[in-house]
Amino acid sequence: MAHGLDVTDKILELVCPAGGLPSLKAAVDHGADCVYAGFKDETNARNFTGLNFDDASLREGIRYAHARRVKVLLALNTYPTSANWARWTRAVDRAADFGADAIILADAGLMEYAAAAHPRLRLHLSVQASATNYEAINFYHEHFGIQRAVLPRVLSLAQVESVVANTPVEIEAFGFGGLCVMVEGRCALSAYVTGDGPNCTGACSPGKAVRWEQTPHGMETRVNGVLVDRFAEAERSGYPTLCKGRYDVAGQTYYAIEEPASLNALELLPELVRIGIKAIKIEGRQRSPAYVAQVTKIWRQAIDSCLRDRDAFRVAPACMAELNKVSEGQTHTLGAYNRPWK
Amino acid sequence: MKLSLGPLLYYWPRERIYDFYRDVEAMPVDIVYLGETVCSRRHELRAADWMDVGARLAGAGKEVVLSSAALIESEADLKTLRRLVENGRFAVEANDMGAAHLLARCAPGVPFVAGATLNIFNSRTLAVVRRLGASRWVIPPEMSRDTLAAVQHEQPLGMQTEALGYGRLPLAYSARCFTARHFNLQKDTCEFRCIDFPDGLEVRTREGHDLLALNGIQTQSAKVYNLVLDLAAVRATGVDVVRISPQAAGTADVVALFQDVVNDLLAADVALQRMRTHMPGESCNGFWHGRAGIEQVGT
Repeated sequence: MAHGLDVTDKILELVCPAGGLPSLKAAVDHGADCVYAGFKDETNARNFTGLNFDDASLREGIRYAHARRVKVLLALNTYPTSANWARWTRAVDRAADFGADAIILADAGLMEYAAAAHPRLRLHLSVQASATNYEAINFYHEHFGIQRAVLPRVLSLAQVESVVANTPVEIEAFGFGGLCVMVEGRCALSAYVTGDGPNCTGACSPGKAVRWEQTPHGMETRVNGVLVDRFAEAERSGYPTLCKGRYDVAGQTYYAIEEPASLNALELLPELVRIGIKAIKIEGRQRSPAYVAQVTKIWRQAIDSCLRDRDAFRVAPACMAELNKVSEGQTHTLGAYNRPWK
Repeated sequence: MKLSLGPLLYYWPRERIYDFYRDVEAMPVDIVYLGETVCSRRHELRAADWMDVGARLAGAGKEVVLSSAALIESEADLKTLRRLVENGRFAVEANDMGAAHLLARCAPGVPFVAGATLNIFNSRTLAVVRRLGASRWVIPPEMSRDTLAAVQHEQPLGMQTEALGYGRLPLAYSARCFTARHFNLQKDTCEFRCIDFPDGLEVRTREGHDLLALNGIQTQSAKVYNLVLDLAAVRATGVDVVRISPQAAGTADVVALFQDVVNDLLAADVALQRMRTHMPGESCNGFWHGRAGIEQVGT
């Protein structure tokens, strides 16, 4: 059953991550308009041990959020195969039965199923669908009635503006959090090295494949035996993903693909509002409730301040410093929004 | 089982591309995919040049398909895509759902190929692209034999299945150009350095193991996906077309060796041994076997 909350009641919604019930409550308590969550299995792209919701905790989470007029979006954003198809359709049915306000999907076949089985349930297009242009987004709108699309983190601000101007679909953009440098849904790096990847099993660099080892050369991080990085004593070692390792390319050792850094688009808020972005997504279902609380609080204040007076909006240095503290690599980037990064 | 030649994924100098496709006329492939699928800035051949190459290959009896870019970001990218969709002569491989959408709308009734980046992992999604007008689909590189078998069990009528059989695996796409990054250049002023790396730029771990190959905005495996040992199972799983992806060396020999194995004229292990002199890296076939892609099952 689609829930009765009006989903178009805000100019700009803040969409926050909930890797579990404590994070969901933290997001709700600190000013999220929506939280997004997933089940404890490979039907979502944050399929990590200890994360996500079983039926009881999801019911409780939805009850808690709805009591405070916050929406709950269910991410079912991995690709089912013909062999395990029923697990995904059951997940769609459960999300609908529990009263989720929308489901976030990547697979066209699953959208077709959801649209037919639950015509009143809102469909959002996941970032995992790799829809980087309005023709792709409009395809999903015309065929399955998707009402919102989450953009992959590869478009410049001007390109985002062009997408918004050419589609009736609401656009959700990433505002803060871990940065996928690859087009989401088009990355098989983790699958290549570990056999598990975001597309089919919902895990990039799954915990069971990750090793930290203190060696005479320093702390080494490995993914399925592949050396991803090696840290000097003063360096902080991060969670190893293949795209953020230091490798040897033609005799130079460096972050060949991307440095560990978080996306932080806080300073772009007035622009994002001006071009008609409908929702800002905070990444981090794998992060702690304290992270969710901190980031939600800062973005809530910023959005409220920006919506009160866009021209006067300034990012407080203290907010930036707080966000940097919880950033991957303790540093941030505007990512693709800023053309020279590309 | 037919053989196809995938689109050239690298940026080679103009004359080298022309020379290569003159050789392709004599190769025992049935289908040739053409065009720039990786980076919109590459321009050694323009759209009209690719059409000329296609015309010559069609004259040599090849089925020609024009491949669309895997990453469509800008209005200029969409303009290029619309011209491709409306080319009026050759079929198109859609490598983005936006391309499939335009093909269904602007070229209704003209069959197209649903490319590997459409992420078709199940028969329901396959039926969706079938209804849009696809007559062939290319399995995602990470799809295993067992996953494919489950799709084939319920495959909609009239669809051909194509699988990559040889070549460095396209593993990821980004907004960012990693070849330009290596030279501390921005993408917009990249000096087209990728032209110096006809098989991509190798990335090794700090222990010296080959891991990846940088090809502009595309990241590939350093190892070469090679299903020559698995061709009997590939055929048995209902694959109609096996794709050879061009590498810098020996593509004609590799095509001939695959054709010999398909025709039962040569043992697969002998073919693999002969290919090794041409391959830019070790072979791997883990994805087909449902394992990490980097692994090699069988020797």
